[in-house]
Amino acid sequence: MGEFVLLYRGGERPGSPADGQQVMQKWMTWMKALADKGHIIDRGQPLERSGKIVQAGGRTITDGPFAEAKDVIGGYTLIKANDVAQAAELAKGCPILERGGQVEVRPVMKLEM
Amino acid sequence: MENLDQLFRQESGRLVATLTRIFGLHNLALAEDVVQDAFGRAAEVWSYQGVPGNPAAWLMVTAKRRALDALRRERTARTFAPEVEHLVKSEWTAVATVDEAFSAKAIKDDVLRMMFTCCDPRLAEEMQVALILNILCGLSVGEIAAAYVSSEAAIEKRISRGKKFLADSKLLFDVAAPTDFAARLPSVLRALYLLFSEGYHGASPESVIRTELCREAMRLVAQVIEHPFGSTPAACALAALMCFDAARLPGRTDDGGALQDLARQDRSKWDHALIAQGTALLEQSAIGDEITAYHVEASIAAVHARAAAVGETDWREIVYLYDELLRIQPSPVVALNRAIAVAHAEGPERGLAEISAIPDISRLSGYPFHEAALGEFELRLGRHAAAREHFEAALANARNASEREFLHNRLRACLPQLTGAIRT
Repeated sequence: MGEFVLLYRGGERPGSPADGQQVMQKWMTWMKALADKGHIIDRGQPLERSGKIVQAGGRTITDGPFAEAKDVIGGYTLIKANDVAQAAELAKGCPILERGGQVEVRPVMKLEM
Repeated sequence: MENLDQLFRQESGRLVATLTRIFGLHNLALAEDVVQDAFGRAAEVWSYQGVPGNPAAWLMVTAKRRALDALRRERTARTFAPEVEHLVKSEWTAVATVDEAFSAKAIKDDVLRMMFTCCDPRLAEEMQVALILNILCGLSVGEIAAAYVSSEAAIEKRISRGKKFLADSKLLFDVAAPTDFAARLPSVLRALYLLFSEGYHGASPESVIRTELCREAMRLVAQVIEHPFGSTPAACALAALMCFDAARLPGRTDDGGALQDLARQDRSKWDHALIAQGTALLEQSAIGDEITAYHVEASIAAVHARAAAVGETDWREIVYLYDELLRIQPSPVVALNRAIAVAHAEGPERGLAEISAIPDISRLSGYPFHEAALGEFELRLGRHAAAREHFEAALANARNASEREFLHNRLRACLPQLTGAIRT
């Protein structure tokens, strides 16, 4: 059993309230299924599409990333699964995939081997 | 769980109207963007956190915040509503000004203000209605096109022209000025009448959209009547008409969704609470000496609503009312409906006579219910071949699936008698 962060990248934003309703419905259904099977540790949050980027030893703060960039992280969820393969399987149900987005599945570094 | 697009239709109009008061009419598009943004955020955040206990309140708070962001962002590039221009451009007063704009007391008139602004007599009536549907009722171009069985491109053009006109007019209508209010009210009532009629009689096969149009029209006319200047006899009469017609909506189609003949409608499905409401409004409208077409149409609808069965309808009263209506608003369709009432009161032969006496009857060509009425009278007189011809002519003019199905059924009623002895 391990913990995994799901990072949601890209994906077409809903165009209309009807579209928004459908997308919201799909997310809730998928997350509920994960929760029912005991996988959700933290449902997570959506993120504003842009902010600041701090670089170069802290000397540079620029605006970024840009909302138009294809793989901007839009949100995250923390789940538990047997291994990364299972975590990736679970991520297959994410609605962002039908909207041209992707899910990055990253194991949380364990303290012990 | 609340549907986001239902919420949009319920709440967005009010939010856009209020924001427009702060941003100024020339920034209507900005107000709409802010509201769209708030709903977009709702879709995202609620996906993670679930729908909040009070979705409308959540949306309003979000819209306020996004409005403040927009004000800051656009401060140097735009001017806002003249009355609050300096208030919203100052960090000290912006928040309080937006808060005040969203207070219950201030919000009350916003929808009315926007409604009256959209009903500018310089705009074509269909444009006024399209603007109301889009801005106040939250219907998309696609939804409006479906309701009117029109192309999306045509509706899109109509709405964007209308909005350009509004943006150029720069000032929201002042609903506090009694003379201006009274002068604009007929336009507003007419637009709401057209909106309701589209829902009640319209060509769209989507019955869900149609009922919603009726509901929206009723909701908006109720807001008019609530305003101290708005409860005029004409407005009350229109509201009464809507109540009586809406009360009878459930019986108008059968379980399969097919249009039902008046005689065959299931009157037990009629909404008696709405009928009572209509009756009260009709009484209210009788104050004063103003008789409008709305009064007469409402009275006709009242006579129908009072009858427990089609046989108990006071058709003579209806004929008398149609005489009144012809006086106020002469038209071949009104004359046709009068002829139908005469037929009910005095027999189909009289109905045929009345129809043939209609002046400029050629304007009815293409109107399916002209031929359908002739068909009904011939059918009642036992002249089945003639009846069949008329129904076939009516069918050729049918404008949608509902009408086609209805006329097919009437045609079928003519057929069995054609086998066996020939009767003409």
